[in-house]
Amino acid sequence: MRNMLVCGVVLVLLGFSALAQAGAPPVVKIGVIEPLSGNAAAAGQATKAAIEVAADIINRGHPELARLPLGNTAGMPNLGGAKVQVIFADHQGNPSVGQSETLRLITQEKVVALQGAYHSSVTVPATAVAERYGTPWMVGDSSSLVINARGFKWIFRSTPIGSNYAEAYLGFLTDLSKSSTKVRTFAIVNENTEYGTSVGGEIRDVLVKGGFTLAVQVPYNANSMDLSAEVLQLKQKDPDVAIFISYTSDALLFTKTFKALDYSPRMVIGDDTGFSDPSYIQNVGDIAQGVVNRTAWDIGKPGSATYRINEMYKAKTGVNLDDTSGRNMQGFFALMEAINRAGSTQPEAIRKALAETNLSPNQLMMGYRGIRYDATGMNTLASTYVNQLVGKEYVTIWPESAAHGSLTWPFKGWR
Amino acid sequence: MIALQVVVGGLLLGAVYALFSSGLTLIWGMMNVVNFAHGDFVMLGMYIAYLAVVALHAGPLVFTLLAALTLSILGAVVYYLLIRQVMRGPMLAQILSTFGLALLIRYTVFWFFSATFVTLPGSALGGSIKLGGILIGIPQLVAGILAMGLTIGMHLLLTRTTLGSQILAVSEDRQAAMLMGIRPDRMQALAWGLASASAGVAGALIATFYYLTPTVGESLVLIAFVVVCFGGFGSVPGAMLAGLIIGLIQAASAYYIGPVYKDVVVFALFVAILWVRPQGLLGTV
Repeated sequence: MRNMLVCGVVLVLLGFSALAQAGAPPVVKIGVIEPLSGNAAAAGQATKAAIEVAADIINRGHPELARLPLGNTAGMPNLGGAKVQVIFADHQGNPSVGQSETLRLITQEKVVALQGAYHSSVTVPATAVAERYGTPWMVGDSSSLVINARGFKWIFRSTPIGSNYAEAYLGFLTDLSKSSTKVRTFAIVNENTEYGTSVGGEIRDVLVKGGFTLAVQVPYNANSMDLSAEVLQLKQKDPDVAIFISYTSDALLFTKTFKALDYSPRMVIGDDTGFSDPSYIQNVGDIAQGVVNRTAWDIGKPGSATYRINEMYKAKTGVNLDDTSGRNMQGFFALMEAINRAGSTQPEAIRKALAETNLSPNQLMMGYRGIRYDATGMNTLASTYVNQLVGKEYVTIWPESAAHGSLTWPFKGWR
Repeated sequence: MIALQVVVGGLLLGAVYALFSSGLTLIWGMMNVVNFAHGDFVMLGMYIAYLAVVALHAGPLVFTLLAALTLSILGAVVYYLLIRQVMRGPMLAQILSTFGLALLIRYTVFWFFSATFVTLPGSALGGSIKLGGILIGIPQLVAGILAMGLTIGMHLLLTRTTLGSQILAVSEDRQAAMLMGIRPDRMQALAWGLASASAGVAGALIATFYYLTPTVGESLVLIAFVVVCFGGFGSVPGAMLAGLIIGLIQAASAYYIGPVYKDVVVFALFVAILWVRPQGLLGTV
């Protein structure tokens, strides 16, 4: 008799705990792999902050962000109000660490999708791991062409890539040479890992085909202590435009070396990345006036959705949202929109939903023409603007339809 | 003209390499301890200079002295608390302990300063001067000259003073030194203090023209190892010579062959020299 009573009580208690667990909506785990330490740590930490803001927007309703998918809902409606939980991993800029962290997130943390990884040299091997395990991966920032050129099915990329940037620069420089500013020769100065080599090569080929003359290409090691030789080579060839494909430390060093050697090309184009890192403007902004950059991010007018997002990010970090972190935030939104639309955390359902993504420009925070993926997972509607550093802000100068200002020529720098 | 610019730039950078490598070679030669944390000592010197400028508005002389003083105390403390125990253990323990120390220092600085790159605000050593048609950055010039002076000074200290002889005696034969009334522990702590102080000064000087980030020690320590092996273990003039040569070769190969090959040339030459002369340029077998 007493045994039956004990059994009964235990069963009732088990029943209650089961009910309690069933009541709590599930959590959707997403793994994000970025360089949170090492030379690109500042950029990685900025992306982390941006994605945390995005997760917060998704998990709590924000009526003023209603035009963005999942902006006005608390959690994901098609998944019973499930909240997103982001698990960050640090690859330290090291490709093999990137691979092992990917494996850990998939097999141990059991994430349903991944995002990352800034360094193209890490994204390339890490996405191969995700492909093997059939886990969807969103590339929000890396620009190497190799990432989607391998016939993979699980890798989706919302961001513009090397070829988009090359076309933007071609358009910008062609429009420029139609005006009174004569631009004929260019130089490519690229760091020599996957990012610099592939994007630099792409820009070089597109510009040469577009009729511009390559004065010199200067590949260099991103971790150099001294870049005087590189700058002296540029000085010798004296191109009209020098395009830099650099990470943060080298972007800083180049700018300082220009001042030290009292030389700069007539136009300095910094291909985002190092030049968009908040540390760049903070440390050398005053001697880099007029540096040209690319961006798909525009803060917009006060009261607009983009302005409000920037305010949230600024409240968290103290600085404005930069282009790279913004593109990652956009990638994250696109990923969660697809998962919500799938209404399931099954990998194949998510993959199918991602492949069918069709977001219009009005549903985006970045200035893309939309998000629609082709068969290789690339966003065919990704686009970018060209901007220029004036004071402490980058001002959009091209294309005309999006410009807030016009080009200042030549590069002022510290003068 | 550009050739001269390349040469001068290379030599100045090489002098800085020499300074922070001389500390490493002293410890390595004296105690057979490979200090993997050496690059991070240099990084600490950089951050101390930064703090001194930001909090105390210190000038270059003050922050360099401050860095030297703080790092010398740290070096002695590290010796007494860590190295002295670890030296009694196997070689692997020694290597791993200094490696662990490196990570500890690096990530403690990361904790306090975060990863954002900082540069020394409005240093009095800004700008460049034109000497005979070439442009030399004033921070690099001062750093180079001071580095050379300090390295020579360290060499003179070790070879011309009683204290220096005592330090060298301990490294040569610990038992005999003890018999002569020299206290080995004290001398080794002093050597650590001296080596760390030189790392601190190197860091403070580098901070005037380079950026600061907690991981900057990683790349510096690699250069230091090459300079030490090239110059000979335990030889401070060797480190000086090797530093200058490597700085020069790097600059010249970067300009004439291609910047991406500068490390290839340096390391190829390094392997070649070690093949012909394994004890390094000025090392004793």
